[in-house]
Amino acid sequence: MNINKLRLVRPIAIFALFSLVFFTGCTKQPADDGVIRIGSVAPLTGSQSHYGKDNDNGARLAIEELNAKGVTIGGKPVKFELVSEDDQADPKTATIVAQKLVDKQVKGVIGHLNSGTTIPASKIYYDAGIVQISPSATAIAYTKQGFKSAFRVMTNDSQQGRVLGEFAVKKLGAKSVAIIDDRTAYGQGIADEVEKAVVASGGAVVSRQYTTDSSSDFTAILTSIKSTSPDVVFYGGMDPQGAPLVKQMRNLGLAATYLGGDGLNTLDYLRLAGKDGEGTVASMPGLPIDQMPGGKNFQEKFNARYGPIQVYAPYAYDAVMVMVDAMMRANSADPAMYLPEVAKTQYQGVTGNIAFDEKGDVKAAAITLYQAKGDKWEVLEVINE
Amino acid sequence: MNEFYQHLINGLVLGSIYALIALGYTMVYGIMQLINFAHGEVTMMGAMICLTVLNAMLGSSGMPHYLILLLGMGTAVIFCMALGFTIERVAYRPLRNAPRLAPLITAIGMSIVLQNIAMLMWGKRPLNFPDIIPIARFEILGAHITNVQIVIIVSAVVLMLGLWLLINRTRLGRAMRATSQSPALASLMGINPNTIISVTFMIGGGLAAVAGVMVNAYYGPAHYTMGFMLGLKAFTAAVLGGIGNVAGAMFGGILLGLIESLGAGYIHKLTFGFMGSDYQDVFAFMVLILILVFRPSGLFGERVGDRA
Repeated sequence: MNINKLRLVRPIAIFALFSLVFFTGCTKQPADDGVIRIGSVAPLTGSQSHYGKDNDNGARLAIEELNAKGVTIGGKPVKFELVSEDDQADPKTATIVAQKLVDKQVKGVIGHLNSGTTIPASKIYYDAGIVQISPSATAIAYTKQGFKSAFRVMTNDSQQGRVLGEFAVKKLGAKSVAIIDDRTAYGQGIADEVEKAVVASGGAVVSRQYTTDSSSDFTAILTSIKSTSPDVVFYGGMDPQGAPLVKQMRNLGLAATYLGGDGLNTLDYLRLAGKDGEGTVASMPGLPIDQMPGGKNFQEKFNARYGPIQVYAPYAYDAVMVMVDAMMRANSADPAMYLPEVAKTQYQGVTGNIAFDEKGDVKAAAITLYQAKGDKWEVLEVINE
Repeated sequence: MNEFYQHLINGLVLGSIYALIALGYTMVYGIMQLINFAHGEVTMMGAMICLTVLNAMLGSSGMPHYLILLLGMGTAVIFCMALGFTIERVAYRPLRNAPRLAPLITAIGMSIVLQNIAMLMWGKRPLNFPDIIPIARFEILGAHITNVQIVIIVSAVVLMLGLWLLINRTRLGRAMRATSQSPALASLMGINPNTIISVTFMIGGGLAAVAGVMVNAYYGPAHYTMGFMLGLKAFTAAVLGGIGNVAGAMFGGILLGLIESLGAGYIHKLTFGFMGSDYQDVFAFMVLILILVFRPSGLFGERVGDRA
């Protein structure tokens, strides 16, 4: 008896479920109800979820403020709605959620967080004609694809590499620089830019060496480097290699200043490198929060609403503001209409003055250089390009 | 010329570590004709255990540092000997009479299990060797060498000499040699091959633990995946020297270390900039392929193919 009942219940349940999905799908076709949906994508689960949640909250804070203030576009008062999606920092998932947002007909996307997810997703947004502003993707390749819909409000690796190269020669007074990279897209990209900048500023690249992102023995390349006695050694890569590298460097009696990109600018680096890491100089895109034009104010608002800031929340906040600013100037939330206005942006944001170059990269590039002192990174110098 | 000496020293240190791990491969192969692919993970476990003991002792006890270091090393060695014994008991002994492929597959399975245990216990982040040894640097012929490097080379040599004496000058060693020649015949002479096999795994595990601690102390952070590459390199060293031959493993390890260091140091000049130092790992495996193609029995190998 029970079994018979179950047999009947299951198809009905499945049918009900399907029809529910189907009908809600139908009714949820966004009508012109004065609500403008903006997508926000970041890893909300997994090991990078603390960064992802941070970005999402930054964007949400902007949306809430805009709604509270009341925005009029094309003569009509509008409301904004943030549609959050989780890409799990995974490129495959990123394309799936990107398609989902396109299907939901969002007017623009804030995201993604990682370069590896931003790049594949950007193709989907570009094909659908949706404006994408990434708050935190730094890989050069993102804006190099020629997608008119792709923007970012954070300095890219090329700008970072250039600043590092110039800093090595002009501020550290290095005549000779040795460069090592780990042959990943990030490491190689930033190391190539450093090399160009060193040469352009009148320094010499005396040795160019390579390792991999799974190596642990760097003594051979460091010995070769030592024979060229450089003033500065630059490493393009992440901390699991960067930290043992500096230890082996000091053991070989190589006293050169150690310089790195944002891959080394972590607390893990300080922990792993210990005493040998002291004095390491590493960059970070953007300004330190207390030096951002609207940093203090933003920090207070954000702390009150969501707690402490991880890193990129101010950039996500600015990305939303830039997008809505363009909509207001275009008098339309239609991506095709407001896209040209995004390109013409002149916006004074929390993180700085935002304007885009022809590729969609932010023009005024601020890079902060930090130096390892004890168990923290101290601001050494802020460089505004 | 200074550069050359420095490369030699680097190669010797790296090679000593490879040799210690290679011994574990070669002894097991010599007796059972089995490649124990979980051996790299035993090395990793050694590093992890020593690290844990050091961190625990440093915080709580006022013992002198060298005692703590010896204690950490000792714990790691004992643990890895037990681990080697357990691996053999669990993964290989039940398959003693199975086709040769079966224990090879359990070896790979064992390696995955150990990696995952380490990941669960110590997490995914790399772990540092605590600042316990004050590093002293010396200069010889313009090349730099630290006290850690000297200790690595000296203790590797001492351990290898000890092993050589054990195998060639003791009753146990004679039993091991007999078992490696013919387990069946050895058992007729009153030797229990199972005991000998267990002892072999324990000796190999102990040496691997020492090597793991050395890697952690000199090259940098310990990580749950560190055993994989180390194991492959050491296996290459064992094949290079002639797998199954103990002197061959020692020699092959040192030689491989030197090939890697000198290769990575000079490849850029040798190929006129065509290849860079990122090919460092490639040397080890190029050597492996060349040896397998042209001299499968290895440089010291006298054993013929019918048993392999």
